[in-house]
Amino acid sequence: MKVYLDYAATGPIKPQVKKAIESFFDEDFGNPSSIHSWGRVARYAVDSSREKIAKFLEGTLKKGKTEISGRVIFTSGGTEADNLAILGSLKGVKSDQKPHIITSQLEHHAIINTCKQLEKINEAEVTYIKPNNEGIIEVFEIEKAIKPNTVLISVMYINNEIGTIQPIREIGKMVEAVNEKRIKDCLKKIYFHTDAVQATEYLEMDVEYLHVDLLTISGHKIGAPKGIGALYIKKGVVVKNNVFGGEQEFGLRPGTENVIGIVALGKAVEILQEKSDEVNKKVIELRDYFINRVIDEIPEVVLNGSKELRSPNNANFYFKYIEGESILLNLDLAGIAASSGSACASHALEPSHVLMAVYDNAERAHGSIRFTLSEETTKDQIDYTIEKIKDIVQRLRNLSPLAPKSLKTI
Amino acid sequence: MSDIKSLYSDKVMDHFSQPHHMGTLENPSGVGRVGNPVCGDLMELQIKIGIRNGKEFIEDARFQTFGCGAAIATSSILTDMVIGKDLEDALKVTNKAVTEALDGLPPVKRHCSVLAEEALEKAVEDYREKQIKK
Repeated sequence: MKVYLDYAATGPIKPQVKKAIESFFDEDFGNPSSIHSWGRVARYAVDSSREKIAKFLEGTLKKGKTEISGRVIFTSGGTEADNLAILGSLKGVKSDQKPHIITSQLEHHAIINTCKQLEKINEAEVTYIKPNNEGIIEVFEIEKAIKPNTVLISVMYINNEIGTIQPIREIGKMVEAVNEKRIKDCLKKIYFHTDAVQATEYLEMDVEYLHVDLLTISGHKIGAPKGIGALYIKKGVVVKNNVFGGEQEFGLRPGTENVIGIVALGKAVEILQEKSDEVNKKVIELRDYFINRVIDEIPEVVLNGSKELRSPNNANFYFKYIEGESILLNLDLAGIAASSGSACASHALEPSHVLMAVYDNAERAHGSIRFTLSEETTKDQIDYTIEKIKDIVQRLRNLSPLAPKSLKTI
Repeated sequence: MSDIKSLYSDKVMDHFSQPHHMGTLENPSGVGRVGNPVCGDLMELQIKIGIRNGKEFIEDARFQTFGCGAAIATSSILTDMVIGKDLEDALKVTNKAVTEALDGLPPVKRHCSVLAEEALEKAVEDYREKQIKK
């Protein structure tokens, strides 16, 4: 049996998305900037997609509105959208003081490394808020860190590794309240950005509900191809371009549009809009079945991150006494795909910064495996996976100098 | 699925799937523990030293490893390479030889072979110290 449980890394293109982009390969291949009919077809496709996504994020139809107020800018993916959010909004700040950014220690490297780069070249000061021991960033910690020169707060919606859901709406409301006071004190408004890449498939994405100014989405996490993403920019929020060239994307992201990617992203969002709550409920049930069985049936295994405030599709476990890459290799031999927080499994040979931020324990990072499901995952696949995990854990514990004799079978 | 390139050589995968000489010895002559779970690998090598033609030799060995595929494979093949050898020859087994015996390791994993060499050195050191105490 082949079981793919690494949906947080990426997933297949959904069949309806594949269908929607077919004509753009050899019929509707025009450059959207061209005046002729080929160009106009492509232009219409890009604009429709943009409208679809903006309406989805603004909840336009639900609220009985017709007008869109914010803007959706297409990028090469979540990473580029994150870069545009941070670097672009910073460029729009006019101040003699060095700007201050607040973000979290849980963020994806697209956020963290952009911030670190700004620190390196002395263009910003950054505070990285530590999560609590459940893997959640607390609103009051962010509020405490706000300074007169704070210009941007960026906190991810769902953490990609341990799946914990961050209090985005609460942070957004806090930022709005703070901003009201700041205006009175002649201080600049703080923008609030969220990297919603992992949340788009499953959670409420209405930007008004979330109280966000900037929001990142990524195509390949919602059934569109890799290489496409978008940044939503609320009306009035000033963002400058990071890429220089022509005038596409309102000058914010020049370059001939990735029409196929854009059409795919629009279709993927349309599918989400039509998705029933039942589907998410099923994923949550299967996830909980998986988590409960693994914790109950295998000794010395714990869940990483809050059980309640958790992405519907994430099950991240710490298997004591054994190492992540060897677990992954064994899973791969059994036809199962997952990922790990272990240093050995990473390109950088460093343990997961997320697990380190929450637990401060490298051994825990080395022994952790992330399984992420989708609506395509079946109970049979989970049952098979659980049996394989049991075998693998036993084999590796028999091999480990750290495992106590009571856990060995040889 | 389209063609894929393996992460590790077939030999590494063999040793990883069916490790040789894993476990512990009844009364090991020397035990060498190297690495650090904080770094993500820990290897323990136990050796039994016998006398053959008046010379010390490695009669038997067992290993236990907490670590990635390369760590497990290098420990396993090391035991193959030293069992039956005279002690002085066993100590000449280098990390390079271990890597070659496995048909190579990805560059990021070569440090695991160094760990294997160090485990043997430590096990022999432990044996010598025990001898002095006797």
